Amino acid sequence: MAMLEIENLHVTVDGAEILKGINLSLSGGEVHAIMGPNGSGKSTLSYAIAGRDGYDVTEGKILFRGQDIVDLSPEERAAEGVFLAFQYPVEIPGVANTTFLKEALNAIRRHRGEDELDAMQFVRLLREKVKELGISDEMLKRAVNAGFSGGEKKRNEILQMSVLEPALAVLDETDSGLDIDALKIVADGVNRLRGPDRAMLVITHYQRLLDYIVPDHVHVLAHGRIQQTGGKELALELEKNGYAAFTGNTEAA
Amino acid sequence: MTNPNQHFFDLLATQPGESLPWLQALRIRGNTSFAETGLPTIKREEWKFTRMEPLENTAYVLATDEHTTQNVDLIPSAFDTNRLAARLVFVNGGYRDDLSHNSNLPNGVFCGSLRSAVAAGASWVQGALEQSDNGLENPMISLNTAALRDGFAIFVPRGAVVDGVVEVVSLNGGTNASLAVFPRNVIVLEQNAQAFVSVHENGLGDAQCFANSVSNIQLAQNANLSLAVLGEQGSNATSFYANLVQQSRDSRFNSFNLSLGGGISRTEQHISLEGEGAECRLDGTYLMRGEQHCDHTTRVDHRVPHTTSNEMFKGVLDDRARAVFQGKIVVHPDAQQTDGQMLNKTMLLGDGAEIDSKPELEIYADDVKCAHGATSGQIDETALFYLRTRGIPEHLARGLLVQSFVGEVVDRIADTELRDYVLSRIMDWLLGNASNAGEQA
Repeated sequence: MAMLEIENLHVTVDGAEILKGINLSLSGGEVHAIMGPNGSGKSTLSYAIAGRDGYDVTEGKILFRGQDIVDLSPEERAAEGVFLAFQYPVEIPGVANTTFLKEALNAIRRHRGEDELDAMQFVRLLREKVKELGISDEMLKRAVNAGFSGGEKKRNEILQMSVLEPALAVLDETDSGLDIDALKIVADGVNRLRGPDRAMLVITHYQRLLDYIVPDHVHVLAHGRIQQTGGKELALELEKNGYAAFTGNTEAA
Repeated sequence: MTNPNQHFFDLLATQPGESLPWLQALRIRGNTSFAETGLPTIKREEWKFTRMEPLENTAYVLATDEHTTQNVDLIPSAFDTNRLAARLVFVNGGYRDDLSHNSNLPNGVFCGSLRSAVAAGASWVQGALEQSDNGLENPMISLNTAALRDGFAIFVPRGAVVDGVVEVVSLNGGTNASLAVFPRNVIVLEQNAQAFVSVHENGLGDAQCFANSVSNIQLAQNANLSLAVLGEQGSNATSFYANLVQQSRDSRFNSFNLSLGGGISRTEQHISLEGEGAECRLDGTYLMRGEQHCDHTTRVDHRVPHTTSNEMFKGVLDDRARAVFQGKIVVHPDAQQTDGQMLNKTMLLGDGAEIDSKPELEIYADDVKCAHGATSGQIDETALFYLRTRGIPEHLARGLLVQSFVGEVVDRIADTELRDYVLSRIMDWLLGNASNAGEQA
């Protein structure tokens, strides 16, 4: 069974149809890249998978491990194992990163009927994760993303992913705004989290990220539909030729 | 013509007689002044958003000694008992010696009831009570003066530092009658003196009551006072609370107000910065729901050069709750290099919630740094979604965002124990079980 199976997904935002029939299938262990020009519906796809209010699925299914999650709340989807790394992680002043991560992990554990971790157990787990990702303790004490640099915010997203251990991770333009050093650090973190029981959907505008997170499959999204699917070499083609071939010829469709 | 405020005069007529001519003169002055105005109405600019006339609908009984002596099971505290330099407990405006203690104080410090300070003939009490009101015309303060009976009195002599906390707990209600209490308090810090005072306004049950408290505060050169006022009154309480603060050279006044309880509450701060280098910080947070109404009115007068004021009030309103913020910074003609900052932000959770925010600057000097700001808004939907994608259920996510919002001002509380107390009360409020919260929707 596929980890994620999207069937004929139509999504409307503020009355406008943005996704017009997406089909996509990811198996455990696979990394798929979605590339596309601005306004093609990339972020809409990520929000629809995570369950954001206002992103209405008018047709089709999002099957996660065989279960349609369209009617689940964002927190239920998270508890089932869906994770979205945000393009613009939100700053939450006054709430310590550690507190936030503990709340999140324990909420998910409660949902799954598992025991909550106490403060000691949680700190032990967090230390381990932080060490793996080379994140400073100081970043944990600070408020969630408040005053973080772009690179720190993205690393914090990867840390959250590593603590919550989702089965499906959607990375929405994780490379945007990062210099090459920050990009390498983030990509390294993502690569550590690749594994046979985890599928990843990497959404990006630029091919550059895919030099560091090498995908198994690349899909081109434009005008709310997957226009082309191929291997990692498709990303290189796009880098060379741009998206022109996909932006001019489908208006009538 | 019948005076619509007649029953307040009836209240005042039942005051015990007083042998001290200066005190009697003060009361008469208050009485005369109140007789001219009656209760404030919305016709007065500064009372446009908070109505006191509903007080007229209830026949209040002036609290007397018999209302003070009732049994009290639990005295709320925000502090570990080991930290208390003194605890002063008042029940319906009267001092409860049996529940109070003041044994951990440096020599020369007075912490006790106003009545005992007056009886001891302390000159600082008279000085503070006769403190100039700088032309402030305030019917509620006049009413308090007219009814002056008791309250807390704190005096810290030159150079003395009170370690720990002076905690004042004021409990009102607990009777069938609708009581009116008029506490009058005095805090006097002499040169280089330092103290931390925490005033806890609490209710005994949900009986209707009216508390009108006024504090005269005098800070001499380089004195340092931190004052917390924790408003957790019963849900049928109407309360008015005013701090009248005079600050000399290099003195510092830090205050924090928590407004959680009461049906209608108004807190006023009148700060007069009268010596160079004087500094005040006025912070506060309000969390209201149901039909609750709270009002924070502040006025800071920068009268001399090089003085600083900084205020931040942040609040959260649910259901049909209403809050008022009126902040005024007045920079007098000679007060160059004034630094005055004022900020009011409100988060509206309920569709029927309302904030009236009126920050004002009145500047008569040309070399000053002053700014004010006011915002109101709903919870950030993107932030809410962000938290939910991490598995945090919606109600908890909302709670975290409210905590984050008020955290900005709560973090400014220097005392960690007080800060933790305020945070825990905010969490209780979020869980919907703040013990004295108003009507729940």
